[in-house]
This record gives sequence, structure tokens and C-alpha cells, in this order.
Amino acid sequence: MASIDVENVGKVYSGGVRAVTDIKLNIADGEFIVLVGPSGCGKSTLLRMVAGLETISEGEVKIGSRVVNNVEPADRDIAMVFQNYALYPHMTVYNNLAYGLKNRGTPKAEIDARVAEAARMLEITQYLERKPRALSGGQRQRVAMGRAIVRKPAAFLFDEPLSNLDAKLRVSMRGEIKRLQRRLGTTSIYVTHDQLEAMTLADRLVVLNGGQIEQIGAPLEVYHAPASTFVASFIGSPAMNLVKGELHGDKLAIGPAMIGLNGFAPTSGAVTVGVRAEDLRIARDDEEALPFRLEYTEELGAQRLIHGTVGDQQITAAVSPEIALSPEMRIAVDAKRLHFFSIDTGKRLPGHVPAEAKFAPVEPVL
Amino acid sequence: MVENRPFLNFLTHLVLILGVLMVVFPVYLAFIASTHGPTDFMSGIVPLLPGDRFSANYGYLLGTGESTAGAPPFLLMLANSLVMAIMIAVGKIAISIISAFAIVYFRFPLRVPAFWLIFMTLMLPVEVRILPTYKVVADLGMLNSYSGLVIPVIASATATFLFRQFFLTVPEEMMEAARVDGAGPLKFFRDILLPLSRTNIAALFIIMFIYGWNQYLWPMLITTEPHYYTVVMGIKRLASVLDGDNQWNLVMAGVILAGLPPVLVIIFMQRLFVKGLVETEK
Repeated sequence: MASIDVENVGKVYSGGVRAVTDIKLNIADGEFIVLVGPSGCGKSTLLRMVAGLETISEGEVKIGSRVVNNVEPADRDIAMVFQNYALYPHMTVYNNLAYGLKNRGTPKAEIDARVAEAARMLEITQYLERKPRALSGGQRQRVAMGRAIVRKPAAFLFDEPLSNLDAKLRVSMRGEIKRLQRRLGTTSIYVTHDQLEAMTLADRLVVLNGGQIEQIGAPLEVYHAPASTFVASFIGSPAMNLVKGELHGDKLAIGPAMIGLNGFAPTSGAVTVGVRAEDLRIARDDEEALPFRLEYTEELGAQRLIHGTVGDQQITAAVSPEIALSPEMRIAVDAKRLHFFSIDTGKRLPGHVPAEAKFAPVEPVL
Repeated sequence: MVENRPFLNFLTHLVLILGVLMVVFPVYLAFIASTHGPTDFMSGIVPLLPGDRFSANYGYLLGTGESTAGAPPFLLMLANSLVMAIMIAVGKIAISIISAFAIVYFRFPLRVPAFWLIFMTLMLPVEVRILPTYKVVADLGMLNSYSGLVIPVIASATATFLFRQFFLTVPEEMMEAARVDGAGPLKFFRDILLPLSRTNIAALFIIMFIYGWNQYLWPMLITTEPHYYTVVMGIKRLASVLDGDNQWNLVMAGVILAGLPPVLVIIFMQRLFVKGLVETEK
């Protein structure tokens, strides 16, 4: 068990390509951190630098209080779960789990005990004598997890461990990873490009873009108060609507329409306005609203997504399936549900932060 | 092409049987000849059934050898060939798997040029460099020795290349997982790469054993002592008796003896090889 401190870390590959820039991240003992971002954002590189599989070009990584920049991966007291599991195909499940312990000279009895314990935890006891090829994808995933667990490391590092599984299995494994991590209390860093996975697993999310941190925060904080248009469009499904608007005093002009802001305007002039699909609703007749031209709908069962335009800008709203649709509608939003971003930098403009963003996550009883 | 028509079945079998006959018949004839007396094949009518001289011919050849033709006992030559072929096969595999390991898994200066240098030697047959090689071996005093027979042909660009290609297909995460598991380069090589290469090693062993066994020109050049003759040379000695009084029955017995070990190697190694092929999954 240990905290992990990433201090001003950067990575420049030998060809001069910069992958990661000036990352500062302090991970508390036992915390579950998810690094999320699109392909090529540097999230895997960052994880691999913590693991010791990539050299650290700039800055320091500390595990516990020890600087590990020049420590071999095996001596960093970490365990890693790989995307393609990287099980040793010629070894039985037992040997796959035991290999790391054997290399450390752990006594045989202790290896047996630890493997048995991990296998019981992951419900793979009956497969211990099988080879990986005789296992299904989900079982292989469990073995890969088991290989990490038996080591009792200071930190788990997960590199997109669920992306090779089918959707249903992914959801159940996701729950299982969360449960295991809570139970073992091991500091974890988890890399994924799937924002849903990130939201559901993380104690804190780290959203990366272009090798830099866009935002660090609890999932709801990131969801309800995204720090930039990038985060706003990346976290949440459907993505937050981002439209060009103009602030005139306490009024916001979006295309042809003008709506009042009840004092929530952070600045004036041109801004990028963000609004979640579920915060949009069909307007009552007597309120200020945006004229919405319906283009197509997507049925999600509990919700219906309606895609269309306001003026010449794309908008998606999530409405109840019972509401009758017509080609021309009026949609409204509460002013406090609007997010304002600088049109130049894409950064969130200071101002109102929705109350939901400040809620502490409910700690489950274990 | 999975039709099941009687006529096509008949035709395919006919072609196959003809093909097998064409390959097997000369070998059969050689075996028949080796069981007859020295003159039976000169009489005009070639016998097609085994004669009564099987044990006499083979016993004579294996035990005493044909001293008039300058051929030592075949048992000795078979042993020489076996030693040479095994040393060549094992040496080639050992050297090439290690060099492939170095080329694929280590970053050192001139790595790529080193690979291309190895790769280029693929295009040079032994015969091209045979005179300089002879000179080197002679200067090192390795004429008439096993090391002289084996070392000059022990490096193999082909095998290095094959192992390299195989190592490139092993996912990089495997190496990283091993690193996290505390396996250094040598441990990774021994515990993971070697077991995974089992099938490739078996296949290459077959190929390289036969290559070594069939070496002809090189042993001819560097061995002058009958003590180091190999069996392939022995056949040549038997067949080129000066006054044309060829003992064809003995020559054929020698041919059969020389052909047998590679066949046995293929039969026994093939099982391992096919089993490995079926089992491999990364």
C-alpha cells in the first residue's frame, strides 16, 4: 500500500516526439485513479512510466516516498494488468500466477497459499491446472488480475484491461474490479478510453488530452463542472452540446434566439455554451425558448434522444419517450444548467458551479 | 474442391500412387540390390525380390568396410556423420536463437546493420566462400577434426531470420509482464521464449540435421584421415573404385544406411513438431 506522486513528469521519445507534458498528480493511498482520454493522449505512456516500462524523460515518480525513476519494474512493488492479458501461454494458470513470486524467491508454501487465495477470490480455482488457451476471455482476464493480486503490490496498474471483452462481460468485470480494489484497498491507476468505465470506476478521474491534464476530479465533479470544452465533449454520453453563443448583459443569444440568464452570466461577449442533453426540455408556451428543428431521433428505451438544429448549430436533447414530437419545437434550459467556456482557450469561465458537482460520492457499506 | 465423386477419387489416387511409385521405386531397387551378390546386377536381368546376402553385405560394410576402396567401416562413418549432424544442428539452433534474441530484444548500436549483415549471408552458398574458409580452417589447425567439420558451417542466417520473425510475433506485453514479474533478460529467454519456440526449434532441428548429414563437399575437403570420414563421403569412396570393378551391392547398402538416419529423425521429430504446431496459440 502506498501513495503515488507524479511530479512534473514529461516524456519525449528518442525521435523528439513529445508524448506527455508536465503531469502533476498526487494519488492517495488506496485511491482508485482513472486516466481517461482519446487514443494518443498519453495516458498509456504515463501509466507505463509509473510501471517502469518507459523511461521518464522529465520529472519524478514516487511510489510511497521512494523516487523510482531508475528502479526496475520488478522492484517498484507494482503489478500490471495488460490489455491483451499477456499470460504466458505455455504455463498453467497456477504457474502464471506463481511466476512472479517464484522469481522473487518466495517460499513454496507461501506461493501455494497466495495463489489459492487469489484463485478463490477470483473464482478460478477449478482452472488452476489449465493452460490459458483453454480459458474464455473473461477467465483469462481473471487470471491476469490474479497475477497482479498474488503479488500483494503497493499499486495496481491497469492498461485498458477490459477492452478485449464483450460489452456484457465488460460491465460485470468492471464491477468486479471495483469490488476487489475496495476489498484489497490497493492504490490503483486504471487507463481507459471509455468514459463510462472511467466514470463508474474512479474515485478521481484524470482527463488527459494531447499529453496534458485537462482536469482532475471526482466523476460527478468532472461531469457537472467540466473544466474545458474538451472534457465537456469527452465525458458523458451523449456528449455535451457545445454551441456558439453571445452574452449581452443577462441575456444569451444562441443563433436567432435570446434567453434570459437570471444572473448566471459569467462575462459578456462571445462564449462557447455547453448544455447536457438531459438538461434540455420541451419548453412551456410561456417561457423563453430556443427554436429547435428536429432532424432524427434515437430511441434508448428509457429516454429518447432528439437530434436537430437551433439556428445552424447541432443540438441533441434527451427527452421522455412519451412526449409528442413535431418537426419544429421549442426547447428550454434552466440558466443554472448552462456551462460557459472561453471561445479562445476552451477553458471553463469562472462562475456558477452546479450543486451536484460538490456532492461527495456515497461510500458503499462493505 | 471437397466434391466426392468416385471418378475424381480414382483419379487423385492414381496420381498419388504413381507419384509415390516414382519416388519409392528407385529406393526399393537400391534396397533389393543391397541384398544380392556383387554380380547379380550385372547379369542383365535386374532382380526385383530381395536376395540372400542381406546380413552378409550389411555386416561386412558396417563392421570391416571396403578397404580396397579406401572406405573405413560404415559404423565409424555413421557415428562421424551423426556427431557432425547433431553438432551442426544443435550449434546452428543455439547460435541463431541467441543472435535473434539479441537482435529483437536489445537496443544496441549497429543493431540493424548487424541484422542485415546476417541476412545478406543468406544469399551466399557455402561453395562461394569455400577456399577462404579452407585456408582459415587449415591455418587454425582444424583439418581432420570434428571442430573443423562443424564450426565453419555452424552459423545460420536462415535460422536467425526465422527465429527473429517468430520473436517479432510474440507480443511485447509478454516481455513487459515478465519484467514486472521480476524476470531479467536471461530468465525471460529461458522461461518464456525457449518454451514458446519449441516447435520452431523442432522444425529447424529436422532441417538442420539433414543439412548437416548431407554435407559432402566440405567434409571431402578437410578430412584426409579415414578416421574422420563421414558416411556420405564413404559412398563416394565405394562408388569410385579405380578399375571399374564396382561392388554395386555394397554401394547400395551404403546408400540405404546413409539414408536411414534422416528418415528416422523426421519420423520421430515430426510428431513433436506437428503436436507443437497444433498446440501453439499466442
